[in-house]
Amino acid sequence: MSAVEDVVTEAPAVEAVPKRSMTLGYGTSLVVLAALILTPLFVKNFIIFQMTQILYFGLAVLALNILTGGSGQFSLGQSAFYAVGAYTSAILMEHVGMNYALTLPVAGAICFGFGFLFGQPALRLSGVYLALATFALAVAMPQLLKLGYFEHWTGGVQGLVVTKPDAPFGLPMSQDMWLYYFTLAITIAIYIFSVNLLKSRSGRAFMAIRDNEIAASAMGVDVALYKTLAFGVSAGITGVAGGLGAIAVQFVAPDSFTITLAIQLFLGMVVGGVGWLPGSIVGAAFIIFVPNIAEGISKGLSGAVFGVLLFLVIFLVPHGARQVAIVAQQLIGKLKKT
Amino acid sequence: MTQAQLAQGQYPLLAVRDVSVLFGGIIALNGVSFDLHQGQILGLIGPNGAGKTTLFNCLSRLYQPSTGDILMEGQSILTRPPHRIAEIGIGRTFQNVALFPNLSVLDNVRVGTHARTNSDIFSDSLKLPWVRRGEAELNKRVHEIVSYLDLDDVAHTVVSGLPFGTQKRVELARALAADPKILLLDEPAGGLNHEEVYVLGDLIRRIRDERKVTILLVEHHMGLVMSIADHVVALNFGRKLAEGTPAAVQSDPDVIKAYLGSKDQ
Repeated sequence: MSAVEDVVTEAPAVEAVPKRSMTLGYGTSLVVLAALILTPLFVKNFIIFQMTQILYFGLAVLALNILTGGSGQFSLGQSAFYAVGAYTSAILMEHVGMNYALTLPVAGAICFGFGFLFGQPALRLSGVYLALATFALAVAMPQLLKLGYFEHWTGGVQGLVVTKPDAPFGLPMSQDMWLYYFTLAITIAIYIFSVNLLKSRSGRAFMAIRDNEIAASAMGVDVALYKTLAFGVSAGITGVAGGLGAIAVQFVAPDSFTITLAIQLFLGMVVGGVGWLPGSIVGAAFIIFVPNIAEGISKGLSGAVFGVLLFLVIFLVPHGARQVAIVAQQLIGKLKKT
Repeated sequence: MTQAQLAQGQYPLLAVRDVSVLFGGIIALNGVSFDLHQGQILGLIGPNGAGKTTLFNCLSRLYQPSTGDILMEGQSILTRPPHRIAEIGIGRTFQNVALFPNLSVLDNVRVGTHARTNSDIFSDSLKLPWVRRGEAELNKRVHEIVSYLDLDDVAHTVVSGLPFGTQKRVELARALAADPKILLLDEPAGGLNHEEVYVLGDLIRRIRDERKVTILLVEHHMGLVMSIADHVVALNFGRKLAEGTPAAVQSDPDVIKAYLGSKDQ
């Protein structure tokens, strides 16, 4: 264990170059990007579908990361924003006949508004109390979606079936592959916007609030405004992720958006490293693949195996994928020197 | 303040007028008045519980006085929320250092410019040209201040790992980044050793002279106050005990009694 503890205590020294503390270097980013672009050309459609899942779940984890890692606010209610995004896309596509790509900005905008408004009462709460308030939101959402009053639009308990889009311009690729590249493009764009945001005046205001509210306020940061904005941004991105999810899965139903989803996203954030944006994708991969791996090890005890695996991750690398990245960086640094 | 004074432009930079603060039945401040003039270093002294920090928190709008008023260049500041104090030129440091521990020195100082800059989350996310230009200008300014306070070597370091004395300098840099007219320093000498206190005294004077900042200093360390302040206000039990030059206040019998106790007690 001592080696691990050493790494944890050494971490601040590595973070001495704060430019990289939130993101990856250019070289690493290009390698990851190349892998993301090329892999689908060589794998089966089902794997491509899973990679799409990683991307949009990654976006949802990224959204939570901006809220928690950036502005220091907890949320167990991300599944509610995700559901609103998914339903907005599904309803616009199926009832209004809108193009699938155009439904995403609408889903994002509606969720931004929803998150911003939810952020107002949440201002009075912090820490575990805020987590509980958002938990209530997550618990309420599936039932709201089942309400008979909205049934004409939401399809009630049955949910809505969404048509899967074909590749445009007669591109010779499968629906899954097109959807993957479509999702990838949106994910990259939102990732870049998020990095820009966190490195800007607004992002610094978020982090100042996270670190010390009173000092932030004395520097002129409108704490209430930026806290609600963080909720809005997080909900907006989660909404886009939800929309993408609806299109990829071709189906939305109230019971896909329970508290379990919110907890999965939270788990993804912790495994990826709180406040480290590239970790969001790693966290998403964890919540999608590890339950399958656990099932492969033992069908009857998959939950228990998953628990053990999760426990191992948290015990060995408490700072998640970020910590692994830091160790790797140090190792490469040492190799270069010798 | 009379109309005549206003017309002559004679009003002080900051005027504390008959300020009282009540916490339940406890009178933390009782009718305190004093003026702070342009270019002054004013030392606010008093034993523990005298009301120094309470007054300070009224100035940064964390507490609302029960009566009285605080005027900045003739305008009341009591209608402003706490986050709109920095923009009128009042900067502050905190008693036990209140930095943003997970941010680098540069980012801490950058947050200090928040009140002097503008942006919105959409332009920031898209990194629009005017955001880029703003950041470039801001960086120039931030680097200048970081050099001014001799923090170049640690500019990229996360502040939580820095020695206490250095953290205090970072806090000063952060406050100066907003280009304040008045700098409120809450016990800047606290936790510093003898030598560091004298270096700090020089630094405060240099900041006043070179950056044209008026300074209000709350301090326990008598040596520091007496060596750098032009004007001293002594508080005890929420009341103003004495006011004047450092020498006059130091020899005031009431002040001596408050600090050392008298024979009849």
